[in-house]
Amino acid sequence: MNSYNVDCIKMTQNELRKKLKEKTVGIAGCGGLGSNAAIALSRSGVGSFVIVDFDRVEESNLNRQYYFREQIGKKKVEALSINIFKIDRSINIEAHAIKMKPHDVKTLFGKCDIILEAFDVADAKMMLVESVMEQLPQIPIIVGNGMAGIGGFELLKIIKWAENVYVCGDGISEVSENLHPLAPRVAIVANMQANLALELLLK
Amino acid sequence: MIINLNNRIEEVVADELTVNGLIKYKNFTFRLLVTKVNGKLVKTVDRDQVFVNDGDTVEVLHLISGG
Repeated sequence: MNSYNVDCIKMTQNELRKKLKEKTVGIAGCGGLGSNAAIALSRSGVGSFVIVDFDRVEESNLNRQYYFREQIGKKKVEALSINIFKIDRSINIEAHAIKMKPHDVKTLFGKCDIILEAFDVADAKMMLVESVMEQLPQIPIIVGNGMAGIGGFELLKIIKWAENVYVCGDGISEVSENLHPLAPRVAIVANMQANLALELLLK
Repeated sequence: MIINLNNRIEEVVADELTVNGLIKYKNFTFRLLVTKVNGKLVKTVDRDQVFVNDGDTVEVLHLISGG
């Protein structure tokens, strides 16, 4: 496992947006990580998304996920599409309200330039990492791993774990009854994922 | 045998072990892991069939809930 660092990428705003407009980002899970990362990447100029989540927006999600009170009860992929369109109506979104299985991974994400793993449950994270390593070894996947609680900013890091697998987070803070996922730390990790996605897309 | 486990050189008192055997030997209690041996993915379902041998490099990623 190696820490992953690259220099800041410098280019003009026009050049940046032109390049990102042609890119497609796959987002697996539209909760705290996925919704916040999608918004950051939309604002940055990414042209297309494939978003996947079977869940609906709940009141308890509003402490960290990029949704609003009036969206409670809506499918997350629909609510997120609406929120992305509020930023940029020209973005292409392919939305799938399904529970992803290993055999869906290639079909859903095969055309993506990069994949963000943003599931909340570790079983689903493991399934996706194994499936992408096996089925789509040419596509980078950025995993969110360990972001519950408050403080501990200096523990958050990026690791390159395999040729196409990057891991963002502290690797230790698992959600539990006494350790909740809250907006600041979840959004920091979501934005670490988004920032790394931009670096890899523009490399 | 001597292996490189998560970037650390470790002596394992066994001639050979499966990946699952190594996880048990090391008392890794975390259930949700992704494993690589010599840079190659060893899927969860294959961990009882794939052996770790002297000189191998083994990497274990522990995935935790939250997002």
